[in-house]
Order: sequence, then C-alpha cells, then structure tokens
Amino acid sequence: MTHVEPGLWTTIADVVAAVCLLAGAFLTLGAGVGLTRFPSLLARMHTVTKPQVLGLVLMLTALALRVRSWSAIAMLVLVVAFQLVTSPVAAHMVGRAGFRTGKVDPDDLRPNEFGEPD
Amino acid sequence: MSLHPRRRPVRLLRRLGSQWHALALLTIVWVLLWGDLTWANVLAGAAIASVVVIMFPLPAITMQGTVRPGRALVLVGRFVADLFVASFEVAWSAIKPGPTPHGAIVAVRLRNPEDAYLTITAVMSSLVPGSLVVEARRSTGVVYLHVLDIDAYGGPEAVRRDTLALEERVLRAFASDAVLARCGLAPEDAAAALDAARPGEGDAR
Repeated sequence: MTHVEPGLWTTIADVVAAVCLLAGAFLTLGAGVGLTRFPSLLARMHTVTKPQVLGLVLMLTALALRVRSWSAIAMLVLVVAFQLVTSPVAAHMVGRAGFRTGKVDPDDLRPNEFGEPD
Repeated sequence: MSLHPRRRPVRLLRRLGSQWHALALLTIVWVLLWGDLTWANVLAGAAIASVVVIMFPLPAITMQGTVRPGRALVLVGRFVADLFVASFEVAWSAIKPGPTPHGAIVAVRLRNPEDAYLTITAVMSSLVPGSLVVEARRSTGVVYLHVLDIDAYGGPEAVRRDTLALEERVLRAFASDAVLARCGLAPEDAAAALDAARPGEGDAR
C-alpha cells in the first residue's frame, strides 16, 4: 500500500470503502443463506448470479479504494469482468443440466411455459 | 511438390490477422494479470495469445453492428442500477422469514435471434431482472427464463416486457439501423424524437 497523507479525500475513500464492504458482506450472507434455504435447484442458482456477483464487486471496489495502487486495481477489474461474464453462464449450465435430467419438479413452476407450443 | 506446406504459415498469419480483436484482448488480460506494463509482459502475452488463437480456433462472430456510445451508456447505467435492485431483492427474499417464493418459467421470444445479440441479452437478463436463463433456442430466438418470485414480479407478461425492453436497449446500443428496422424498432433519430414525445414510458412497471 502506498503511503498517502491523510486528508479529506482519503477519509471519503475510507468511508465509501467501509460502506461497500458492509453492503458486499450483507449480499454475500444473503447468497449463502439463499443457497441453503431456497427449495429448488433453479431458485438456488439465482443467489449465485445476483447477490453473489454484486457482493464480490462491492468488496473488490472497497479493496480498490483502500489499496490505491494501479496494478492491484487492474487485477481487480479483471476479476470483476470475468465474474460478470462467467457466473451467468455457469448458473445457466447447472440449471439447464438439472432441468434436462429431471432434477427440477415441473409442478413447482407455475406457470411453466417450457415446451408449450409457441 | 505440393504447395500445401508453404501455404500453411500464410493461412496461420491470416487467421491471426482476422482475429486481432481476440489477440489484443488476450494480451491485455495477460498484462493485467501480471500487474505491470513492460515489454517482456506485452511480448509474452502476445505470444501466448497467438498460441491460444491458433490452437483453439473459434468461428467468427457475424455481427455487423455499430456502437452508439450514448445508447451503450444507457444500457450500462440501467444494467448497474438493475443489478443493485435485483441483488438486494434476492438477498432479502433469502433472509426474510416466512415461506420461500414460488418460481415460474416464462418463454420470451426475442426480436432478433442473431447469436451475438441473443448472447448479450441472455447473459444480462441472467444477471439483472430477477431471472435466470434455463434454455435458449438459437433457431427461433426464444429464451426460457426462470423467475424466482413470479407473484412479486407481476406475472409472465411483466417478465416478457422487461426482457424485450432489455433487448431493445442492447439492439439500440450495438445493432445497425438495418437490424433495428428488421426488428420493428424505429431508427435512431426517430426513436430519439419518440422518446422525447412520451417520457418515462419504458419505466412503467
């Protein structure tokens, strides 16, 4: 970490970082709780794509605001970009595989428009 | 003597040239991974990117689009706002006491089944409006979305409307005027005039 004179901007950055960390922690907790509480495979996949991704993004934003070094920020941007691209695909593949192999009870889904003639 | 062995390097070079986007992107990723911009990193990244592009060839993406910076900003801005709303909604519905929400699968027929736009719309709709892509049909352009809480969302029609609105933002940001016209969307100038005439119409939810 580079040494910065404490001033107004560093204070603001620290406060924003703290808020981001708390919000990210809440979202990650929500994702974890949802993973155990939601009843079906597809519902669990929702926690993987939304709160988990934004939780990580917020935490890395906080990290970038605290670390304040360009090489670290470049790495964090890379992590965020790959997270945004890969996690919907991963959730889609898991959901699709579960759906096709009968791991999802169609009666749980109302309406279920899959397979209806369009 | 066959010409084959002499042509091969030419073909390789041509492939590298035609995929320079991929080459540049992979090189940038490599440099970002190492964290500092030096000649050694750039050259090593370019070398590894070339090997990747040659060893794992991908079909070219047919996307004769343009990028409209203003519309792309609208797309990204809405995306970030929606990502916040959707994330807190899902986290809250996981934590709040009481029965867990009841899901549904909704079929949405997109206007434009071209690969690139279908992919962007599907990936973004997985992240944003409370939905998850279960299945996508390239031939018909129908996307099957799982919705976590269909009652809170407001029924299948609301899902269709939001997904089509997202697709429209994607098309307006990246598609050419010809594609927009084929999809039944007004070209850019007319659309801007229409937006000015009926403000806030897209936000009704």
